Amino acid sequence: MEVLFYIAATVTVLATLRVITHVHPVHALLYLVVALIALALIFYLLGAQFAAALEIIIYGGAIMVLFIFVVMLLGPLAAEQERTWLTPGAWLGPSILALVLLGEVGYLIAVGDHTALTVSEPRQKGISIALYGPYIIAVELASMLLLPGLIGAYHLGRRMSKESRSC
Amino acid sequence: MIDWSHTALTIAVVLGGGLTLAGMLIWVERRLLGVWQERYGPNRLGPGGCLQSLADMIKIFTKEDWIPPFADKAVFVITPAIVVITALMSFAVVPIAPNFVVADLNMGVMFFLAMSSLAAYSVIIGGWASNNKFAFLGSLRAIAQLLSYEVFMGLSLMGAVLLAGSFNLSDIVEAQRHQWFVVPQFLGFLGFFMAGLAEAHRTPFDMPEAEAELVAGYHSEYSGMKFGMFFVGEYLSVILLSAMTVILFFGGWHGPWLPPVVWFALKMFGFIALIILIRATWPRFRFDQLLTFGWKVVMPLALINLLVTGGVVLWRAG
Repeated sequence: MEVLFYIAATVTVLATLRVITHVHPVHALLYLVVALIALALIFYLLGAQFAAALEIIIYGGAIMVLFIFVVMLLGPLAAEQERTWLTPGAWLGPSILALVLLGEVGYLIAVGDHTALTVSEPRQKGISIALYGPYIIAVELASMLLLPGLIGAYHLGRRMSKESRSC
Repeated sequence: MIDWSHTALTIAVVLGGGLTLAGMLIWVERRLLGVWQERYGPNRLGPGGCLQSLADMIKIFTKEDWIPPFADKAVFVITPAIVVITALMSFAVVPIAPNFVVADLNMGVMFFLAMSSLAAYSVIIGGWASNNKFAFLGSLRAIAQLLSYEVFMGLSLMGAVLLAGSFNLSDIVEAQRHQWFVVPQFLGFLGFFMAGLAEAHRTPFDMPEAEAELVAGYHSEYSGMKFGMFFVGEYLSVILLSAMTVILFFGGWHGPWLPPVVWFALKMFGFIALIILIRATWPRFRFDQLLTFGWKVVMPLALINLLVTGGVVLWRAG
C-alpha cells in the first residue's frame, strides 16, 4: 500500500509542478485536475473514502469545470501573454520561499516521527458526526457565507431591463 | 475479495459484456426507432440485421482519422478516451447479481457520481480542443447543462441512500427485497432519470450536439475511431444509466422465479428501450427552458423529496 501512496504522491507533485510552469492556461488546469484526482487517491489510501469521493465530485468535477469554463473563454492569445509573464526573474521569489518550506519539511521528517500516514482512519460516519456535532456552528457559518454569495450572484446576473422595470 | 480468478472473470465479463452491448445497441436503437416510426431500419446483414454493428465498426475503422491542424493536438486525442474510460470505470461498482460485482465499494454511489462528474470533461475539453466555433458552442452548452443536472442527480438518489442506510450499491439492492424504492421514492426516480438523460446528453436533453443548429456540437471535428469512441461512450452511458436506475429504484436483481442475472438484464433492457422510445418521440428542449426547468422544478422537488424522506427515516427510527 505504501508504494501506491508514493506513486500517487509523485503524480500529485509532478502534476502540480506542471500547473505552475505550463504557459497554456487550459493545459495547466487539466494538470490541476490530475493533481486533484491523485490527491483523492491519497485520501482513499489514508482511509478517508468519503473525503476522496467528495474531492473528485466537488473539486475535480464541479469547481474545476467552472475554472476551465472561464479560462476557455480567454482564447488562444492567453498562452502568448502568459509566456511573456513567465520570465526567469519571476521565478526567483517563489522559488526561495518554496525552498524555505522544503527545508522545514525535510527537518520535520528527519527529526519528528511520521506516523501520521497510518494513524488516521476516519470513516464517513465519523466525519459526519464531527461536522454536525462539535463543529455545527462552523458548518452553519459556512452555509451563511454561501447564501449571500448566491444572492449577490443572482443580483449581478439579473438583466438590466428587468431590473429597471421591477424597481 | 482475494479470490483473484473470480475478480478477473467478473472484470472480463463486465468489460466484454458492456462493450459488446454498447456496440449492439447501435443496431438495436436503429431497429427500435424503425419500429416506432413505422419503417424497417437496418435489416439486411445477418438475421434481422444483427450484424449491422459489425459492418459499422469496419466502416468506422477504415475511415480517415483526421486531426485538424488548428486543433490542440494532445487534448484533442485524449478526449475520446476519457468518455470511454469514465463510463467503463463506473461499471466497476455496478452489482449485477449477488457477489457478481467487480468492486463492492462502501462508497459505490459516490464513486458513480465522481465518475459521471469526470465524464463531463470529455465533452467540455473536446469542444474546446477542436478550436471550432460550433464545437465550442456545444461544449459551452454542455458545461451549463452538466453542472446543473449533476446537482439534481446527486440530490435525487440520496433518498434511496437514506432509505437503505448505505452508500454501498449491493446493500441498496438488498434493502429492496420487499419493496422497490420506486414506490416511496417516485420523485427521486423521476429526478434521477431526467438528470441521467441530461448527463448522457440523450434526447430530449441533447442540446450539446444538436445537429440542427450546431453541426454535431462538441464532436464536430472528430472522425474515424475517435468519433466512434464518443459514439460507444454515449451508448455505455445509456447502459450505465439504465443499470443504475434498476439498482437504485427497481430492486436490482430481485424478482421471482428467474435467476438474478436474468432479472437484472430484463429490467435494464426495459430502461434502454424506454430511453430509445423517448428519443423516438420527444422533441428537443429549448436551452433556456432546460435550465429553468432544472433549477426551478427538478431542484425544489429533489430537495422536498430529500427532506420528507429524511423526516420519515428519522420518525421510523423513533
